[in-house]
Amino acid sequence: MNDDRLVISGIEFRSRLWVGTGKYKDFEETKRAIEASGTDVVTVAVRRVNIIDKGKENLLDYIDPKKYKILPNTAGCYTARDAVRTAMLAAEAGITKLVKLEVIGDEKTLFPDNEALLEAAKTLVKEGLIVLPYTSDDPIMAKKLVDIGCPAVMPLAAPIGSGLGIRNPYNLRIILETVNVPIIVDAGVGTASDVAIAMEMGCDAVLLNTAIAGAKDPIKMAEAMKYGVLAGRLAYKAGRIPKKLYATASSPLDGLIGS
Amino acid sequence: MQITLNGQKKVVPDGLTVEGLLRHLNIEPARVAVELNLEVVKKAEYGLRAVNDGDVIEVVSFMGGGCHQKRIEWKE
Repeated sequence: MNDDRLVISGIEFRSRLWVGTGKYKDFEETKRAIEASGTDVVTVAVRRVNIIDKGKENLLDYIDPKKYKILPNTAGCYTARDAVRTAMLAAEAGITKLVKLEVIGDEKTLFPDNEALLEAAKTLVKEGLIVLPYTSDDPIMAKKLVDIGCPAVMPLAAPIGSGLGIRNPYNLRIILETVNVPIIVDAGVGTASDVAIAMEMGCDAVLLNTAIAGAKDPIKMAEAMKYGVLAGRLAYKAGRIPKKLYATASSPLDGLIGS
Repeated sequence: MQITLNGQKKVVPDGLTVEGLLRHLNIEPARVAVELNLEVVKKAEYGLRAVNDGDVIEVVSFMGGGCHQKRIEWKE
C-alpha cells in the first residue's frame, strides 16, 4: 500500500485518514491519539490569540508541523466573508496554501451553506489557495466546486459529530462518478466500520474528529480508525464480489459420496 | 495610541510596526497571522507596516479544532 498515495495539487499524503484536533481532554491526549491514528494530516482551527493569557501552551508544541501537514479550517464561520477572512489569515499563519473551507448554514445541523461556500471558494481559489470544501453530499454542488477550481471535495457522511455513519451511500457513489478529483468524506462517521464503508466505496480519504476524541478510549479508537481505513482501501483495490440473492457453493460438487 | 485588538480597545505605545506591536504584546510573530483593518499583513511586512491610532487589528493562531468548534463572533 506504500505506493498508494493520495495526491492533491501536487501535495502527497501518506495517510488516507485525516483527523481533527478538537475536543480532546488535553494536548497530550491529542498527541497520543494522532500518533495512534497513523495520520499525517491534522486539521486545526484559526482563533484569536489570547492577549491576556499568553502563557498557555500551544497546540503546535505537541503537533510538530514538520511531521504533520497542518490543515487549517474555517470552522465556526457562518458567512462567506468570515470564511474568506479566516482562510486568508490561515494561509499566512501556516506553511502551505491548503485550507479546509467550511461555511456553516445552521447551528442545529451544522450543515454547510453551499451557496456561501461556492462564493467563498471562488474568492479563495482566485487568491491562490488550495481549497478543500466541506459540502453536503450533493453531486451537483461537488461538480460546481470542482469547476471553479477546488482540487478535491469533502462531502459529509452525516451531520458533524453525529456519529451516524454514511447516511447516503448512493449520493456518495454518484459524486464519485460525477467528479474526477479526490473525494474525502468529512464528518458524521461514528466508528471504524463507517470509515471502512466509505473507503470500500472508493472514497479517497476520510476526515474525522469527534468519533475519536469522543470515544471512551480515544487512543484505541484512533488505532481502530487506522485499520478501518486500511481495510476499506484494500477491499476497494481488491474488488469485492457482486451481491447476489442466492447461494453459490464454495466447495466442489464433484466427488460427493452417494453420487 | 488606542487600537482595537481582537475586538477589545487597547492603549499601546505610539510609532509601532506590526512586528513591534507583537513584541510589545510578547507574541511570537512566527506562529500568528495578523489582519490590519481587514487586510492580511504578509509576514515579510511585519517590520514595515506601521500601526496607527484607531487601527483594527486581529491576531490569530492555530488551535485544536476539527470539523466544527463554537461559533466565533467577529467584531469590527
